Amino acid sequence: MSKAPHVDIMRSPLGRARGLGSARAGAVHWWMQRLTSLALIPLTLWFLCAMLRMIGATRQDVISWMAGPLPIVLMIALVIATFHHLQAGLQVVIEDYVHHDWLRIGSVLLVKGLSLLLALVCIVAVLQIGL
Amino acid sequence: MRDVRDALMVARNTDGKLISRPLSPHLQVYRWPISMALSILHRATGVGLAVGALLLTWWLAAAAISDSAFETVQWFLATPVGMVLLFGWSLALFFHFFAGIRHLAWDAGYGFEKPWYERSAWAVVIATVVATVLLWIVGLAVW
Repeated sequence: MSKAPHVDIMRSPLGRARGLGSARAGAVHWWMQRLTSLALIPLTLWFLCAMLRMIGATRQDVISWMAGPLPIVLMIALVIATFHHLQAGLQVVIEDYVHHDWLRIGSVLLVKGLSLLLALVCIVAVLQIGL
Repeated sequence: MRDVRDALMVARNTDGKLISRPLSPHLQVYRWPISMALSILHRATGVGLAVGALLLTWWLAAAAISDSAFETVQWFLATPVGMVLLFGWSLALFFHFFAGIRHLAWDAGYGFEKPWYERSAWAVVIATVVATVLLWIVGLAVW
């Protein structure tokens, strides 16, 4: 009795020929966007409460608020989660709307580079204020 | 053929001639169900909040640099332009926050039934308005 025809691989011959694939990391981007959004739920609520206390604050008020380890750690966690979430989201938006190859790759790289730099600025600033 | 998906758009008409099939109608022909508006707003507020992160960076960097730099940020945020930016930022943040929780529920497999789909959409809108108003009442009270 002959077996029913079946396909061994999920990837199409065209996909193989064009050399484009997930590179085994296709889900990481999506997953990290969800993980950072989960982390940002409590962090954002904490941040809003903290910022309510910083209305009209002087620099000295900020320094004394950030004197303990807790605000420093939470603030750095917020910055990392925010900028990671932000660059992941902007990447998807750019990939959806920018169809010219070089322009798309260029803008994605620019967004990622800027996000990294701005996150570093924030982290160093937090450490400088708090330590 | 630019894209492999273009192959799906090629067909034969009744004369047997090869033609490109028309695209299905785009956004402008549909009436606006609330879920569509929320989906678009979720993306728009996400982009807006990304720009708003510059404000956070400025605020933190100024606090790290000097008294005068920090006074400049605090002065700017209290001007009408700064207040409007902060209000827009808080509105966008709360919307993205609640709509994001709705998205996380979908990712976990909940909330796809039609009544819940609509109910959760309105819940996001109401929660956004209530949270923003509450934040500003508290904010203006402590100011």
